[in-house]
Amino acid sequence: MPEIPRRVTVTSSRPVRRAPPGARMHSLAEVQEQSELGGVLLRSLVRAQLTLALGVLLGFGSLVASLPLLFALAPHLANRQVFGLPLPLAVLGVAIYPVVVVTGFVYVWFAERNEREFEELVHQS
Amino acid sequence: MIALIAVLVSTAATLAIGAYGVRIARTTSDFFVASRAVPPMWNASAISGEYLSAASFLGVAGLIMKYGLSMLWYPVGFAAGYVTLLILVAAPLRRFGAYTIPDFAEGRLDSPRLRRLATMFVLLIGWFYLLPQMRGAGLTLHVVLGLPRWVGVVLVGTVITANIALGGMKGITFVQAFQYWLKVTAISLPAFFLLAHAVGGRSPTASQLPSFAKATTIELESKTRFVVAESTTVDVVAGKLDSSGVVGRRELQPGEHRASAGTTLAFDNGALVPHISGMQALDGARWSVPNGGVHRGNAHPLFATYSLIIATFLGTMGLPHILVRFYTNPDGRAARKTTLIVLLLLGAFYVFPPVYGVLGRVFAPELYLTGQTDSVVLVLPHAVVGGLAGDVLGALVAAGAFAAFLSTASGLLISVAGSVAYDLLGGSIREFRYSAVGTGLVSIVLGLLVVGVEINVLVGWAFAIAASTFCPLLVLGIWWRGLTSSGAAAGMIAGGGLASLGIVLSRTSVGVGGWPSALLTNPAAWSVPLAFTTMIVVSRLTSGRVPRDVNAKMLALHLPESLRASA
Repeated sequence: MPEIPRRVTVTSSRPVRRAPPGARMHSLAEVQEQSELGGVLLRSLVRAQLTLALGVLLGFGSLVASLPLLFALAPHLANRQVFGLPLPLAVLGVAIYPVVVVTGFVYVWFAERNEREFEELVHQS
Repeated sequence: MIALIAVLVSTAATLAIGAYGVRIARTTSDFFVASRAVPPMWNASAISGEYLSAASFLGVAGLIMKYGLSMLWYPVGFAAGYVTLLILVAAPLRRFGAYTIPDFAEGRLDSPRLRRLATMFVLLIGWFYLLPQMRGAGLTLHVVLGLPRWVGVVLVGTVITANIALGGMKGITFVQAFQYWLKVTAISLPAFFLLAHAVGGRSPTASQLPSFAKATTIELESKTRFVVAESTTVDVVAGKLDSSGVVGRRELQPGEHRASAGTTLAFDNGALVPHISGMQALDGARWSVPNGGVHRGNAHPLFATYSLIIATFLGTMGLPHILVRFYTNPDGRAARKTTLIVLLLLGAFYVFPPVYGVLGRVFAPELYLTGQTDSVVLVLPHAVVGGLAGDVLGALVAAGAFAAFLSTASGLLISVAGSVAYDLLGGSIREFRYSAVGTGLVSIVLGLLVVGVEINVLVGWAFAIAASTFCPLLVLGIWWRGLTSSGAAAGMIAGGGLASLGIVLSRTSVGVGGWPSALLTNPAAWSVPLAFTTMIVVSRLTSGRVPRDVNAKMLALHLPESLRASA
């Protein structure tokens, strides 16, 4: 008669505290880093994304940051009316939000394009 | 009565949805981060619902009414903060897998000590942000239902504590999403009614000081000092004015006057509105100037505006309850999509609070006398629309305001209690529940103590400190290999420490004016560059401490998902 296996309790040795984030990427990283090419490619991706980020921020930031200066240099602008609204209200209360959303769209579109190009590069190499 | 029901329904719905979520949550990670299985639209609604706090729902309108159009920079900054978050932080942070900012600090720079330092700032910023929510709740129940202020504080504190201790994040995700849609309905629907009633009426920017648009009777709840700009006729109905108990019509001379608690004053249509002492009466031209700050003196309005822009644009990413939400996205691309929807949802919301602030100047000018401009969103529907429709709309904004306190305070409480549970205790669900209850009790007590500080002033400080500590930590940590734990710690201490010191000094040194005062009350313009510079310089000096696996960390931050699966 075959011996009935004894019932055992299986417990996880995982500590209560989470492993530091990023740790699970190590094996993947080691694979990538064995080829020098992987490192070079990653650097190029990070650089492309950073250039994009700073470019979009600079555009958006300079547009927004020019407004207080504009209103300070040309105080009479504050008394102009646009569609029955005072100009500051029309610009800061309404018109700026579409700009915010469009900025977000533009960034996401280019960021995803950067990543697609990176993927193609990696698959080629 | 309708308002009471609305507030109760809003609160009950919050509890019910939270309780429903508990049954779905099963494991510790479910409990904290909702299993990362929340679709982008839900998640974006939840992020927006959590973000739109008392400062957005009540504070913005109050500030605009009180200080003028320069305060439009608050909602603009609150929304634009998500642009910088999207561009610099959202996807990499999600890919890295950090659950909180202290998580990121430790994971990126391999330093448990840095984690503890980050935790201290999480607690500081969290409290700064939590207290105004409590204060707003007390104000709302007081204005709408006439209840003492402590009732709202205790009610909100108890509800969020119970909800979080029982439900965790899963419940909260659904609750927050529901609350976004409640809030946007509650702020927009009455606004359309108000606009319809206001069209063709007096312009809020007419070149005159605020005056009563109709005969108005006001009962002052507490002892009030107020200033009259021009001689004004008033009918004293009851109480004591300038130590005289004589009732009847009286001519008030320009200057300061005192009224005892319970004094009732009646003003004629067209009479200039007396302003509570300390509040400046602004004519239409000055009120329309789009640059300026909220602080006394305000000698350098352009500087104050730029400082506010820096604090809000860069501070949002460092608020302790924001980052947690991004972890509920399945991956980095979803994090970007979610943030994009958030931009839409926030833009749609922030068009409306200024409507109340602008119309409040015309239709609820008595708030300049009582000093309660923070309550303009709550009183305006009734003041303008009137009748049953006014009651219903008033009830709707009260429910929306309550949703605002409940959602933001819940998110903050989770973050603060989570930090206490993870970083000071062991990190189990049981400990999380205990620390949620403890944190909730402390915030109720502190909420009862905070009086007289404007909602947005507290919130503005939270943004300034977040921008001076966590913004450079996140941005440099994500984009620069050379950051070290020593550099990060030095930068956070320099930027956050000095910004906090400035804020404390600005509250205590009343006599200082001019540039010193402008620099202390609006610290972000110098403390953020200081934090960045310190981080970079000290990191360079300690370059030996750059983590050896920094390349792996950059990979974890930036590698697209499609390549992860194949590796």
